[in-house]
Amino acid sequence: MKFGVVVFPGSNCDQDAVDALTLMGQPVVKLWHKDHDLQGCDFILLPGGFAHGDYLRTGAIARFSPIMNEVIAHANRGGYLMGICNGFQVLAEARLVPGVLLRNLSQKYTCKNIYLKPQSSSVLVSAGLDKEQPLKIPIAHGDGRYYADADTLKQLNDNDQVIFRYCDETGAITDAANPNGSLENIAGVANERKNVFGMMPHPERAADPLLGNTDGRLILEQLVTSVLA
Amino acid sequence: MKYLAQIDVMTRKEILDPQGKAVKLGLHNLQMDAIDNVRIGKHITLEVDAETEDQARQTVDSACRQLLANLIMEEYTFTLQPA
Repeated sequence: MKFGVVVFPGSNCDQDAVDALTLMGQPVVKLWHKDHDLQGCDFILLPGGFAHGDYLRTGAIARFSPIMNEVIAHANRGGYLMGICNGFQVLAEARLVPGVLLRNLSQKYTCKNIYLKPQSSSVLVSAGLDKEQPLKIPIAHGDGRYYADADTLKQLNDNDQVIFRYCDETGAITDAANPNGSLENIAGVANERKNVFGMMPHPERAADPLLGNTDGRLILEQLVTSVLA
Repeated sequence: MKYLAQIDVMTRKEILDPQGKAVKLGLHNLQMDAIDNVRIGKHITLEVDAETEDQARQTVDSACRQLLANLIMEEYTFTLQPA
């Protein structure tokens, strides 16, 4: 399994993603957004940052970066594709996952640790996690308010496509624990086929023991274990 | 022929616009209590080369659908005039 991290102009978590995957012993390369070659990667990751300055809407211009042709074809073939933060916004703009990310209800850019509760038992990124254990993961975004219309939301729930919800440190999914006003505290979703998943929080920023928090590593490690299985 | 398009992109009515809500509070602080339903969107202008106004309309419409607006969360309207 070879991992590829796409670098857009304005990406700033690409190296964090490479470091986290390297720490777990995975082969990983960076892919420049203007290229048309996925270099044989089996798992593509769209990292956090501010691709193309977040102009117009977050992810809206990155969605049309040259490499996205190959990334979308990869996803349509059933290949693994994950978006973190800005990467999630790119996935939403490309309609690779349902819904959109709106400006935070607070109107503020929010950078802090939050807690996540793993939800889906069928999407690889959360399937192997303890559903009762809240995970402390950092968020850093201004546009993270997940929104989808009522029909889409019902489909997400019925089809087990919600991967994480914001909760408090006891694991309770409450309004107070919702950092951005996301519908039903949704922090991440997968597509219907469950090979594409996006989340606003940053597990790759909580993967190195030197940084004092390894809850993110739990997510990435079990993801790597699942895709290698 | 060159046409000037004036495009308005607004968040869909069913979606809460926290910026508009905050501005409404500011207006009420100015005693303008008669003001309600403040919503803030984007205004985009662009020029387009086209043989006919109809062709220009099609190009602008396509630009709005593909990039300028996200129809899950936004709606758009535009006007055209010779540039």
